[in-house]
Amino acid sequence: MQRKPALGSQGWANRLAALTPQMVLLPTLIAALVYVVIFSLWTLWISVSQSTLLPNMAYGGFGEYASLWKSKRWIVSYQNLFLFGALYVSGSIFFGTLLAILIDQRVRYESVWRTIFLYPLAVSFIVTGTVWRWIFHPQTGVELALQDLGWIAAKFDWITDRDMAIYVVVFTGIWHASGFAMALILAGLRSVDGDLVKAAQIDGASMPRIYRKVVLPTIWPIFVAVTVVLLQFAIKTYDLVVALTQGGPGVSTTVPAIVVYDLMFQRGQIAQGAAAAVMILVALALVLVPYALWSGWRARKEARSHG
Amino acid sequence: MADATTHQEFDPLATGSRSKQRRSRAIVYTLLVVFALIYISPLLIILTNAFRPLEEIVREGFISMPNSMSFGYWVEAWSTFCIGGTCEGVSRYFSNTLLMTVPATILSTAFGVVNGYALSKWRFKGDMWVFGLITLGVFLPAQMTLLPWAFVLGKLGLSNSIAGLVLVHTVQGISFTTLFCRNYFVSVPDDLIKAARIDGAGFWRIFRRIMLPLSPPILIVCVIWQFTGIWNEFLFGTVFTSGANQPITSAIVAFSGSGTGERHYNVEAASVIFAALPPLFIYVIGGKYFVRGLTSGAVK
Repeated sequence: MQRKPALGSQGWANRLAALTPQMVLLPTLIAALVYVVIFSLWTLWISVSQSTLLPNMAYGGFGEYASLWKSKRWIVSYQNLFLFGALYVSGSIFFGTLLAILIDQRVRYESVWRTIFLYPLAVSFIVTGTVWRWIFHPQTGVELALQDLGWIAAKFDWITDRDMAIYVVVFTGIWHASGFAMALILAGLRSVDGDLVKAAQIDGASMPRIYRKVVLPTIWPIFVAVTVVLLQFAIKTYDLVVALTQGGPGVSTTVPAIVVYDLMFQRGQIAQGAAAAVMILVALALVLVPYALWSGWRARKEARSHG
Repeated sequence: MADATTHQEFDPLATGSRSKQRRSRAIVYTLLVVFALIYISPLLIILTNAFRPLEEIVREGFISMPNSMSFGYWVEAWSTFCIGGTCEGVSRYFSNTLLMTVPATILSTAFGVVNGYALSKWRFKGDMWVFGLITLGVFLPAQMTLLPWAFVLGKLGLSNSIAGLVLVHTVQGISFTTLFCRNYFVSVPDDLIKAARIDGAGFWRIFRRIMLPLSPPILIVCVIWQFTGIWNEFLFGTVFTSGANQPITSAIVAFSGSGTGERHYNVEAASVIFAALPPLFIYVIGGKYFVRGLTSGAVK
């Protein structure tokens, strides 16, 4: 740009004004750089440092990753993540789809039903876990209620059973998330072209068949999106388990996020805790990076076919 | 993406004979009622137990018809219940959470709106990189940031303080609000902005005169989303604060997690309701926007 002496200060003012968007974004950019890039690298470095109870930034190698993968707790937590993740995601989508289809039948008081099925999402995991623990616990919940009704031999103690406790976590997770799946799938159902369904109806197809063969297949991208979001929730699961079972009985319902907290703040093994945190990041990346690449590819394909 | 409230133009149940249609309709409503009962039951159970005497709960459990009711447990829960050695009730932790949630919600929403506007309507070199970096913050697991945050908060003198939590939640929240607002503002026609710029309007003038009047829907989405998310958050609160400075979620874990000692189920139930009430209230008022936040955040 040419300097014009006559305009002097105004030229500078203009140039400054042109930079306003960048200036406005600067604080956020710095915060995001620190938060996303520096913090991640920092934790990554701690995981290969000699830190124990206190940070010691001298390089210590990848030994902590090796010990992490040798510890029984971590193995159990990862197995739990797979079992919980699979059942939680498929269960939430199954019930979410069912509820969405039911609401899609021109039912009366639609907004009331929607409000009822979605409200758990506004309730914290801590509250959810606390309440369901009371319901599931043999001393306070279903078992006692059944015995009070006269069924003296009634037994329902999954939450204190090493083999069954994880299914209590799964159930509670589905209770919390199926409304979320319902809301997104319902929005998808409403975006389906009505003529498509009318044509199938004229052909004499039954309602369940129309959904299975015509409606649900056309909204498959929504199912992919819901799956990715729920998998993300599953990998980050922490509060729900803390409030519901505290990872117990024993370590039977431990999840990776609980191991991270314990290593970092209870056992004073900062480096191994950081290594566990990095493993959570890796799990998330395994879900999100392919999804991001795939949606980018789809968006480009769509842009080409429209252009 | 179509709004969930749009009405469909066909009736899927309008197939088959009249009696078959009636039967399908009966099945649909039966299933809806059954599911509704499962979804509502925890709420009903906890609500009734906040009124029942302790002996009754200990004897009959949580799932039982109340014989006698009292409002006293609510008062005790709010003002005198002992949590972790502090006998000030949940009111203390309630106000901790409120003092954390309100500033963090306002700050992150304010930044998000301006950022979203700058990123969607002012092209500059590298703008997509800036947006990408900010968006990554949405996905970064909190565990990756715990140790650095603990160090930074210590250096800033914000350890074990509400102000520290406000900082953490604001920085994390800006990622969400920027993503929401940017995706919303992209649909505002560029011609509108171009015309205003030709008329000599600058960045802030366009923001005030054009963008802000269009913003209320996305502002509500951001506020609802941030308020519920921050109010319900547990990990940061539990790691960065302790004792009487903790938010209400940590307080609940403090009294209900300890297996030892005498239990006060009725007072605990009332305390849990206090913790659940504000986000539920927001959800009931702004349910429509809540869903819109979900759809814009998850399905793009």
